Amino acid sequence: MTEIFDPEFFSSIARLTTPILLAALGGSICHRAGIFNIGLEGFILLGAFMAVLGSFYANSAFVGALTAVVGGLFLSIIFAEFHLRRKGDPIVISIAINILALGLSTYLLRSIFKVSGVFSHSEIEKIPHIQLPIIENVKILNLLINDQSILFYLSIVIVFILHYFLKYHKFGLWIRVVGENPEVLKSSGINPVRIKFLVLLLCGLLCGLAGAQLSISNVGLFVENMSAGRGWIAVVAVLLCGGRPIPLFLLIILFGLVDSLSLRIQGLGLPQQITELLPYIVCLAVLIIVSYKKLRTFSRIIY
Amino acid sequence: MKSKEILKILRPTIEIFYAFFSIFILIFLLLYLSDANFSLAFKGFINSSIGGRNNAYLFSTFSKMALISGMAIAALVAFRGGLFNIGGEGQLVVGGFACAFTGLLVSDFGFIGILISIISGMLVGATWALLSGFLTVYMGVPLLVGSLLLNYPARFITSYLVSHPFRDVQSGLPQTFLLSKNIWLPYFPNTRLDLGILIIFFVYVICLIIFYYTKHGYHSKNMGHSLSYVKLSGLPTKKIVFKTMALSGAIAGIVGSIAVLGIHHRFTDGMLVQPLYAWTGVIAALLVNLNLWFVPLAGFFFAAIYTGAAGMERIAQVPKEIATVIQAVIILFVVGKLGSLTNLSSSKGDKDD
Repeated sequence: MTEIFDPEFFSSIARLTTPILLAALGGSICHRAGIFNIGLEGFILLGAFMAVLGSFYANSAFVGALTAVVGGLFLSIIFAEFHLRRKGDPIVISIAINILALGLSTYLLRSIFKVSGVFSHSEIEKIPHIQLPIIENVKILNLLINDQSILFYLSIVIVFILHYFLKYHKFGLWIRVVGENPEVLKSSGINPVRIKFLVLLLCGLLCGLAGAQLSISNVGLFVENMSAGRGWIAVVAVLLCGGRPIPLFLLIILFGLVDSLSLRIQGLGLPQQITELLPYIVCLAVLIIVSYKKLRTFSRIIY
Repeated sequence: MKSKEILKILRPTIEIFYAFFSIFILIFLLLYLSDANFSLAFKGFINSSIGGRNNAYLFSTFSKMALISGMAIAALVAFRGGLFNIGGEGQLVVGGFACAFTGLLVSDFGFIGILISIISGMLVGATWALLSGFLTVYMGVPLLVGSLLLNYPARFITSYLVSHPFRDVQSGLPQTFLLSKNIWLPYFPNTRLDLGILIIFFVYVICLIIFYYTKHGYHSKNMGHSLSYVKLSGLPTKKIVFKTMALSGAIAGIVGSIAVLGIHHRFTDGMLVQPLYAWTGVIAALLVNLNLWFVPLAGFFFAAIYTGAAGMERIAQVPKEIATVIQAVIILFVVGKLGSLTNLSSSKGDKDD
């Protein structure tokens, strides 16, 4: 048992939770605004690639995070153009965006860096980690949340800001109204399409940061199809929580815990495929339990 | 007033030109980024999608077309019934593995062996699809998410099976043993094109018959239009869901079997996932707006883009992923013309203009 629960295990929880959390927060505002965005996987992937690109050429993690955000915003604008202006089905657009991001990131990886598979370089600047001297004496907190990347602390702050924002702020109210009944907003003189566009941009920004956390926070490299299903886990979490930030946060901590557990038990000699399967099985199990409990309300489709 | 009317008539044409123009700009940009020689790239694209010595490349396009059209039919069968089954990838992979495994056991039986392995691939693919159908019907999991999440277990379990218990260790790669030549799908005379495309054509005809001449096809279509209508008519909706899902999964299993018996002759880890057959199939089914008659055309179109891009990589060093980008952009431009596909996506907030 001690082999599994060593300090490395506790510090990896936060590292693995952050990208899923950031992406899911983006997805949750989309969900609240009534945009069924399941393209988070593609958003994260392009963000991760752009982060490596920016960090490599500018030698600065800040520029890397900035280009990652630009990548996310780029996909957001595509989503908005085809969903809001051309009235396309959001599911089809999401599928197209996932495929587009996969193709584009691999294509650019091979044509710009002339490598296939993995790109890693010592010149890729990583996002700095923060030491918190206040909690150094509390052992468990020190293990769990000290010495993490800036984006981790940022994501925690965003959870609470988003909670407050959606509940009490005027713009948050508009977002909820757009999701529930756009006609109401229209009759009070606000263009619902404009609100949806802003929501999509915000989602792109958060997912871009998620990509940056994935590629330039700890490892400093890009692998083909790096997001590897994390976006889908985020989508499931958003669906399960109905886009409410606080339950979302707790659920994603669970997924992050399982993720880091699966990394640890790989060291015990279990085959890699079986341990990698663990997060998806837990995700599916949570999905089944929650859906079964709310069978009549959640799915809205009863056969 | 007059000019407005003219603009209204011209609008579809302008939109088509706009789409083509954007796609060309995108291709130009991508080629520019990879420092390619334009005329060389273009020649490579045309030559290797429909040309080649003795039409060799045309035949490889046909063999890709069989797989893509097959996956498109699998997706279409489910979509038509209002079931957004995007777990085709998982069903394809488990079907392919089951076929390769059975193929090793029955390699002495020749033609019968081929039949048995295809049927086993079909059954396993259908079972995998039924699993997500079961989760939807009895557990209330949205099919979209449930079928998708089952892709990952399928991928990881087969990956485990071919890299540990059933691995051909000598070959050095995570793959099963090579099948004996007895149960390879035969080639057309004097070509390198296997008979898989005939099997897919057979599936295509069967599906046309199911769609237009059977009760199940009619019920399934109505369920796609309106679930509550079908339910209020007193039809067994659960049974229709299971039948439709089983059909969709079985077709995906057949496609996996064809890829194993006709092209690769063994199951290699990732061989069915990496080329995105399932996703290309979904895109092809959407491109023809769920009209089964045009599926072969869409299949040929996407297959030609695939093999053309592969040729571009050989001749002009342009990464072949350009095909994936082009496919995604094409579907983006047609998406506005399609209706809403599932009850889930048109839930709330989509009623505004």
